[in-house]
Amino acid sequence: MALSQEEFTLLNEKARQARRDIVDITGWSGGAHIGGGLSVVDMLIILYYKYMNINPQQPDWEDRDRFILSKGHAGVAYAPVLARKGYFDFDLLKTFNKFKSPFGMHLDGGKVKGVDASTGSLGHGLPIGVGMALGARLQKKDWWTYCILGDGECNEGSIWEAAMAASHFKLTNLITFVDKNRLMIDGTTEEVMGLEPLADKWTAFGFIVKEVDGHSFEELAAAIDYAHSKPGQPVVIIANTVKGKGVDFMENEVKWHYGGLDTALLEKAHQSIDKMYA
Amino acid sequence: MSEGITWTVYDADTMTQAEIYGQVLCDLGKINPKIVGLSADLAKSTKIGRFQDHFPERFFNVGIAEQNLFGVAAGLAKTGLLPFVSTMAAFSSMRAAEQVRTDICYQNLDVKIIATHGGASFGQAGTTHHCTEDIAIMRSFANMTVIVPADGIEMANVVKQCVDYPGPVYIRIGRGFEPRHYENEEYGFTIGKAVELSQGTDITIICCGITVFHAMEAAKVLTEDDKLSVRVLNMHTIKPLDEEAVMKAVTETRRLIVFEEHNVNGGLGSAVADVIAQSGKGCAFKKVGIPDCFCEVGYPEDLYTHYRLDTDGIIETVREVMNIEFEEDEDWEDEV
Repeated sequence: MALSQEEFTLLNEKARQARRDIVDITGWSGGAHIGGGLSVVDMLIILYYKYMNINPQQPDWEDRDRFILSKGHAGVAYAPVLARKGYFDFDLLKTFNKFKSPFGMHLDGGKVKGVDASTGSLGHGLPIGVGMALGARLQKKDWWTYCILGDGECNEGSIWEAAMAASHFKLTNLITFVDKNRLMIDGTTEEVMGLEPLADKWTAFGFIVKEVDGHSFEELAAAIDYAHSKPGQPVVIIANTVKGKGVDFMENEVKWHYGGLDTALLEKAHQSIDKMYA
Repeated sequence: MSEGITWTVYDADTMTQAEIYGQVLCDLGKINPKIVGLSADLAKSTKIGRFQDHFPERFFNVGIAEQNLFGVAAGLAKTGLLPFVSTMAAFSSMRAAEQVRTDICYQNLDVKIIATHGGASFGQAGTTHHCTEDIAIMRSFANMTVIVPADGIEMANVVKQCVDYPGPVYIRIGRGFEPRHYENEEYGFTIGKAVELSQGTDITIICCGITVFHAMEAAKVLTEDDKLSVRVLNMHTIKPLDEEAVMKAVTETRRLIVFEEHNVNGGLGSAVADVIAQSGKGCAFKKVGIPDCFCEVGYPEDLYTHYRLDTDGIIETVREVMNIEFEEDEDWEDEV
């Protein structure tokens, strides 16, 4: 089912707002994982505004879809999406990183409404997702579990332990994404620890792989719709993205994995985002 | 629900500690549909396989992948289920330490971990399969409860009680060939509350796991031959520690020894020492366990003898501590 023009406009608006929020929070918090936040944000937007069956007024509603940000360092993107969705007041994000704030860079599900799994240490999200999907199936629930991994995160052995299990248990109610922005802290994924052929690895582990442009709502929607058809094996959506997407001076720059923004850079960042959505 | 269970040492036809756990879990599984079981290719060795036989759809074997094992358990708990996870202590506490800490304890999930082959109970297997570090590791994790049952009967009590006990629980048992102390389950077991097995005023032996049986054997000899009044505390719950029982022992016996199948650093002995040190009360104190080294290889009974954790070792140590010159101060308030 293709996106309607109305949906496309809404998603674009929400993504633009989210990019502005990510930049602002990075500015006032002193620093955040902005590069990977900007690469993953379109996936968050399409899940939260098109696909996920949730109720922000009832964050613990037992039949909700579950979401796990396995690349938990992108909390700077996740938190404002939850706030704009209505889980909590956006102004609370002014405390991001500060003393006794509910918001550290890696979100704590015990403190932040709407967070289904406390993540941050890489390699943990997919095993939890496998558990959730097994739990849903055992209890005959039809909600979905969505899990977003980073590409660098796929260095972690536990991801592949979980991939093996998802495939073994034929978890078609689990949809995995890889935010493939090709950059890590110390360099490119291929320089630091080669991942390629990444799609073949997932295929070999028993997944159906859909490779898409991770900034294209149409392509993401097509892949998610395919996964919803439950093709008999778990689906992984490898989303090719640009680290820092939308802020020109950050795009594809290793150093913008993490950083802060002074007033001048904030202004430049906003100008760039405006240009992206002009 | 597990009435009628009997347990006899070294008799293959009756149940070991782990087998009792497997049976009790089955009994509980019949009345609580939320209970699920998990293992990592050790369903048979850890006896959780008995649960699997009864509830195949509620049991998940994730293969030899302990990190995934505990992550999956966290995910299952997040959906409202009550996972019991069984694998060896070494892999529960070390291979998957971060998953236990971050996925389970940080999120304060109802996951019950049955860590088998603890201490030197699989001594012949070599250092990779010993686990003399787990208590130290687990008790440093916020939200975690740590229990070392004395025998299979106590294990039955632990499993039954921990179903309604909130948050993560780490239960450390041996390999299943340990001697039995208790006759039945009716002795007032409560998580977090020490069991006074023997009253005494001269010295207190604090023990857990395998050392409970030996401490009671030793206490009999010391009472008869040495005319000592020996208090024995089964400190099955290492965390939260029954501090009141420790301080009562300090005040009333003023000599304490802790025996445990664990590195002397960080285990029950250290937990007890913390309480005593912070109280400001002086007493003669000794902790006996595996000294800060990797445990020798051998059959457990030989290792317990070597490390003075068996009956004779406990008797000798008590005699030594009774000989320590210790000036008793009648007015302890000025020490605080």
